[in-house]
Amino acid sequence: MALTREQMAQRVAREMQDGFYVNLGIGIPTLVANYIPDGMEVMLQSENGLLGMGPFPTEETLDADMINAGKQTVTARIGASIFSSAESFAMIRGGHVDLTVLGAFEVDVQGNIASWMIPGKMVKGMGGAMDLVAGAENIIVIMTHASKDGESKLLSQCSLPLTGAHCIKRVLTDLAYLEIDNGAFILKERAPGVSVEEIVSKTAGKLIVPDHVPEMHFQ
Amino acid sequence: MAGFDKRVASYEEALAGLEDGMTVLAGGFGLCGIPENLINEIKRKGTRDLTVVSNNCGVDGFGLGVLLEEKQISKVIASYVGENALFEKQLLSGEIEVVLTPQGTLAEKMRAGGAGIPAFFTATGVGTPVAEGKETREFNGRPYLMEESITGDFAIVKGWKADHFGNVIYRHTAQNFNPLAATAGKITVVEVEEIVEPGALDPAQIHTPGIYVDRIICGTFEKRIEQRTVRK
Repeated sequence: MALTREQMAQRVAREMQDGFYVNLGIGIPTLVANYIPDGMEVMLQSENGLLGMGPFPTEETLDADMINAGKQTVTARIGASIFSSAESFAMIRGGHVDLTVLGAFEVDVQGNIASWMIPGKMVKGMGGAMDLVAGAENIIVIMTHASKDGESKLLSQCSLPLTGAHCIKRVLTDLAYLEIDNGAFILKERAPGVSVEEIVSKTAGKLIVPDHVPEMHFQ
Repeated sequence: MAGFDKRVASYEEALAGLEDGMTVLAGGFGLCGIPENLINEIKRKGTRDLTVVSNNCGVDGFGLGVLLEEKQISKVIASYVGENALFEKQLLSGEIEVVLTPQGTLAEKMRAGGAGIPAFFTATGVGTPVAEGKETREFNGRPYLMEESITGDFAIVKGWKADHFGNVIYRHTAQNFNPLAATAGKITVVEVEEIVEPGALDPAQIHTPGIYVDRIICGTFEKRIEQRTVRK
């Protein structure tokens, strides 16, 4: 079975470490916050200028001046700080964020990512994604392995305009967890019940399959 | 206006001198911390052919979206314009030009503009459409793009509290692009929720020092919420 959105978030949350500053993109990446292991302290960075994002507010604490990068109303946790957009991207560009998790349309074997623009369709803008991929050392892309029509999104070369070049080293899809190194995807883990053959058939870029590919486990 | 008293009595006075064809820098992220009354005053004035520099361009019927409705904007420099159907229509019909700019680069362009730095190098956008036509230079083996800074004829800013000297503090994440825009306007106009007595603001806690600010006005704000999200 392919992973659900929740399972994808759960798997990525295992890459967190105590004391990490983490930026979570919009969509499935946001769900990762729900699976931070108990006893582990993580500060979530929101690029509109908040470090230490807390849970959504109650009706009573709802505040129009307190939002996250997805423009949702949020709260600040104890230990949070709030700052300008320039300060926020200084942290991001300066490599101070320990882990960045974001979605994508395509990634390729060179570590290129395309996530913001489909030519011919309405272009809404890149927001902070280009700064995030350029500034972060440690990025995990979360996406489905193939499109609804079965077209692979793990390519030998991205077909869409890039968000960043040579910046992605790790990808979690609904079928597999992969690393990118030396011009190839390396299959590290597979979703429960998903065969190596299925992953091979849905990966267009060069894929290295080790002798043993463990299954992910979920409670 | 006398000495360091930057208070003005009306929105008309706050935007006196804004003319067709000018560049306006606006603070705000989404609808959070936008100078909503100053935007409405631009609508009332009917100033046209404006270049607007802002992270987003409001929504239909609110924020900078009202200036799109009146076709007062000819060019937008922004990082994300996805919340606005009218914007899409004007873009596709060629009525409006848009320069999509990475959010961190946009913030830094304003910061640098206000700080007298004409350009800077960033890794953001290397190898992407953003790099087209821009100088690239290598530092320590990595390529960087040269990005030019931005200044405006006017900066329109939303603060929380100010004193008559023009010292401003922002509230929560309504800060965002506001202090950056404030530094980069030839004329910087700040609208706030409250003008406090001199001495009421702690000098060490000022976000925008009064030197950047030309005009201060007190307003009332709708503060519309774009994504109202509460916990169950």
